[in-house]
Amino acid sequence: MKSRAWWRQRVNFVIFLGPAILLTVFFFVVPVLIDIAVSFTDLGRSLRVTRFTTEHYERVFGGDRRLTDVMALTFIYVLGTLALFNVTFGLVLALITTSIDKVSGGFFRGVWLLPRMSPSVLYILLWVWVVNPSQYGLLNQILMTVFGLEQPLDLLTTAPIALIIISNGFIGASMGMIIFTSAIRGIPEHLFHAARVDGAGSLAIVWYITLPALRWPISFITIYQALSLLVSFEYILLLTKGGPFYDTTVYALYIYRRAFQSGQYGYGAALSLFLIVIGIAVALLGWRFFDMKRLLQNPRIEVQ
Amino acid sequence: MASIEFRNVIKRFGDVEVIPGLNLTIEHGEFVALLGPSGCGKSTSLFMLAGIYLPSGGELLFDGHLVNEVEARDRNVGIVFQSYALYPHMNVHDNILFPLRFKKTPREEALVRVKAAAELVHVGELLDRRPSELSGGQQQRVALARALVKEPQILLLDEPLSNLDATLRLTMRTEIKSLQKKLGVTTILVTHDQIEATTMADRVICMRGGGIEQVGTPDDLYLRPASLFIAGFIGSPPVNLIRGTAENGAVHVGATVFPSEGIRGDVTIGLRPEHLKFAGDGLRGRIAEIEPMGREILYVVDTDVGHVRVLEHGSAAAHSAGEAVHIDFSPTEALLFRTSNEKLIAGANVCPPRRAS
Repeated sequence: MKSRAWWRQRVNFVIFLGPAILLTVFFFVVPVLIDIAVSFTDLGRSLRVTRFTTEHYERVFGGDRRLTDVMALTFIYVLGTLALFNVTFGLVLALITTSIDKVSGGFFRGVWLLPRMSPSVLYILLWVWVVNPSQYGLLNQILMTVFGLEQPLDLLTTAPIALIIISNGFIGASMGMIIFTSAIRGIPEHLFHAARVDGAGSLAIVWYITLPALRWPISFITIYQALSLLVSFEYILLLTKGGPFYDTTVYALYIYRRAFQSGQYGYGAALSLFLIVIGIAVALLGWRFFDMKRLLQNPRIEVQ
Repeated sequence: MASIEFRNVIKRFGDVEVIPGLNLTIEHGEFVALLGPSGCGKSTSLFMLAGIYLPSGGELLFDGHLVNEVEARDRNVGIVFQSYALYPHMNVHDNILFPLRFKKTPREEALVRVKAAAELVHVGELLDRRPSELSGGQQQRVALARALVKEPQILLLDEPLSNLDATLRLTMRTEIKSLQKKLGVTTILVTHDQIEATTMADRVICMRGGGIEQVGTPDDLYLRPASLFIAGFIGSPPVNLIRGTAENGAVHVGATVFPSEGIRGDVTIGLRPEHLKFAGDGLRGRIAEIEPMGREILYVVDTDVGHVRVLEHGSAAAHSAGEAVHIDFSPTEALLFRTSNEKLIAGANVCPPRRAS
C-alpha cells in the first residue's frame, strides 16, 4: 500500500511535467527519429518505402555538386546579414536611439520594430512592390522620376543576394536593437559622467564605455541570430522563391525545395540532419569564440 | 588651482527650478563643503562645476573666465563620485590612465604619472586588479587617483565617503584632508553628513531648497547657526527646540518661565544636548530613557516643556530611569530664534528656569 503523499507526488509529476514532456516527445524527439529513419530510405512522392539506402548521405558528402554552391551562398547570406544588419545596424540603432531624446528614440525604435510585427507575407508583399521590375515599382518610380534613370531596374534578377540580405536584415536588426538598447540603459549613468569629465568625447565614450559593456549582448545576438538565420527561409521563399535559378537558395530553402518541390523526402531528411550538425558546430564555435561559458554561468551584471 | 564664482546661477530641469539663483565665491586652494539634505541642490551645483549639467542662467566663472558653455572635458576638473564610477572592464592602471589618454600626454610621462598618483593614495600594489576585485575603500582610492592624475585645477567630491564603513570613513576623511592640503587644489565636497563637512572643510556652505542658508567655518555653524534649520541640521544628537512666547522679560512655555531680557513675541529656544547638565536647580524633569553611546550617555528627560535630550560625558550612567532631575545650562550657550522667520536672534540670552524663592 503506497502512502497518500507518494501518490500525490506521482500525480503532481504527471500534471505539471506531463504536458511539456508530451510536447517535447511528439514534436521534437519523434520528428528527429522519423527524420533519421526517413534519411535512410528511398521515400519519395509515392510515399512508399521500397528499400533502405545510404545513397542520400553519399550525395550530401560529395555527390551533389549544387550543394557546394548552396553552402557558399548560405555562408555569405548568414555572415552578411549578421555583420551588416543584425549586429552592426542593430547596434547603430540602439546607440542613436538612446542618445537622442526619449520620445523620438522610442518612436524610431517603434518604426524599426514594425517589420518584425507585421506578418511575413505582408512584409514581403511590400518588398515585392518596392522592387517590382517595371517602371511602377516604388524604387523604380523614385529612381526614374527623381534621379532621372532611363530604364527600370530589375533587382530580383541583378542583385538577388543583396535583396535577401537587406530584407532579412531590416527585420533582424530590431532584435539586436532591443537587446542593445536595454543593455545601454543598464550602464550606470555615472560612468558616462565620469568619462566626460575625464575628457572623453562622444566616440571615445562609445568605444571605451558602451561597447565593453555590450560585449555579452553582442556575443549572444551573434550566436542566436546566426542559428536562426541558418534555419529560416520563409522570407526568401516568398520574395525570390530561391531564384533566379538557385541563386538565392540558401541551405534551409534547398532542403525545402528538394523535399517538397522535387519530392525527394529521403534526401531532404538527410540534408536536414546535416543542417542540425552544422548548427551545432556553429553554436560550439561561437561558444568557444565568445567564451559563452562565462556568460551563461555567472551573472554578468557588474554593479559598482 | 582656480577660484570659482557663481553669479546668480540658475538651474532648471524642465519646469522644475532646482537652483533659483546661487551666489557664491570659492577661493584658490580652498576646501569647501556643500552641506544639506538630499534635494537641496548641492549635487546639482557640483555637476554644474563639472560641466555635466549646464547652468540654465547666470554666470559660472573659473579664475574670472566664464565657463557656462565649456564642455566637461575642457574644464580640467577631477571628480570622485559616490559610486566611484570606476570603469568595470579596465584594471586599476587603465582606470587611472584614462584621463591622460585624452590629454595627449606622452606615453612615458603618462605611465610615470599613473604610478605617482597610485602611490599617492596607496594603491600602487593593485594596478593589475579589476574594480570588482577591490574593496570599497580601495575603489575609493583609485577613484581619487583617477581624479588627481591629470592635475586638475578643481577637485570635486560627491559624497565620497558615504559608501564606506565607519572606521574607513574616519581614515579617508583624514587622508583626503591632508592630501588636499598637500596638493593645494581647490576642492569642493558635497555631503549630507555634517560631521564630514565640519571635519574636512575650511568653510561649510549649508544649502536648503536650492539656496544658501549659511556660509561659515564649522564653528560658526555650530555656535552661531543662522536659522532653526541649521541648528537642527548641525550637531548630533540634534538640538532641543522649545517653542514659547517672550514677554515681560521671560520666555513662557506653558507654566515654565525662562528668564530672558529684551525680547518680545513668539520665539524658539535651542538647547544643544551637550550644553545641558544635571544640577541642583533648573528645568525640572524626570529621566524617561537612557541611551549609552560609548563615551557619552544620552538621557531623554520628560519635562513640562516636552522631551529634552541631555548628553553627559562618561561611560557609566550616573542617573537612573525615573529619577527626578533639574537641567541647567549657561545662558551664553542657549540659542534663541524668532519662530515666525526661523532666524537667530543675535545677542539674546536665555536663562534656565529657577525655583521660585
